[in-house]
Amino acid sequence: MTVARIGRERPQGSNFELYSWYFFRISGLLLIFLVVHVIITHVVNDVSTINYNFIVRRWASPFWRANDWLMLTLALIHGLNGARIAVDDYVRSRGWRVFAYSVLWSAAIIFLIMGSIAIVTFNPAAAGAAALGR
Amino acid sequence: MISSYRGYRAPEGMVSWALHRLAGLGVLFFLLLHIVDIFVIGYGPKAFNDLLFIYNAPLFRIGEIILVAGVYYHAANGVRIILIDFWSAAYRYERQLFYGVVATFLILFIPSAFFMVKGL
Repeated sequence: MTVARIGRERPQGSNFELYSWYFFRISGLLLIFLVVHVIITHVVNDVSTINYNFIVRRWASPFWRANDWLMLTLALIHGLNGARIAVDDYVRSRGWRVFAYSVLWSAAIIFLIMGSIAIVTFNPAAAGAAALGR
Repeated sequence: MISSYRGYRAPEGMVSWALHRLAGLGVLFFLLLHIVDIFVIGYGPKAFNDLLFIYNAPLFRIGEIILVAGVYYHAANGVRIILIDFWSAAYRYERQLFYGVVATFLILFIPSAFFMVKGL
């Protein structure tokens, strides 16, 4: 019995939608490791044990900073790209599409910058010294 | 007389697609919140720990369980989508693969929910 395929065929040509299609699948697989992070933080560790010191210890290692930043970037783009497809499905009028796309692009830029600043500039020693010097 | 009408019958694959989108958008919304709350860490231990204390409220702990469910389902169904896209024979097994997704979800979620509810 053949089952009707529901819109998952690879887009034709070498265009944005094709790259988007591949990006979903590649980033999705990499993000499986996110599930491991979720398990570590919320299931094994119990979220009530997460505090400032937990992050100080975690982000003492550049590996974890890099891991978290990569997860941030992949998840944001993967998720916002998915939101873009949902917008294409539900938002038809031109004006509202401009609005919706602006929201998505703004979210991408703002949250990417916020997250990157948080990860890259985190310096507990400097924060501690500043608090003492005050 | 009781009608035997069973209601609208969603096409094959529609429920899995709809749940995939719902879970994805839900997780995305959480992610945006999460980036903001981690950003607070730049403001020092007191601000950060105070904010995190809010996340220990029961409402948030329950939201967390729903979030984990969404992540698990979206990941499992995502793997199914990848299989269907790259394994040429998979189109014959779409429904069985979905049963696999449900099984994977339960195998992951039930222990996780147990641990999370235990810690409530």
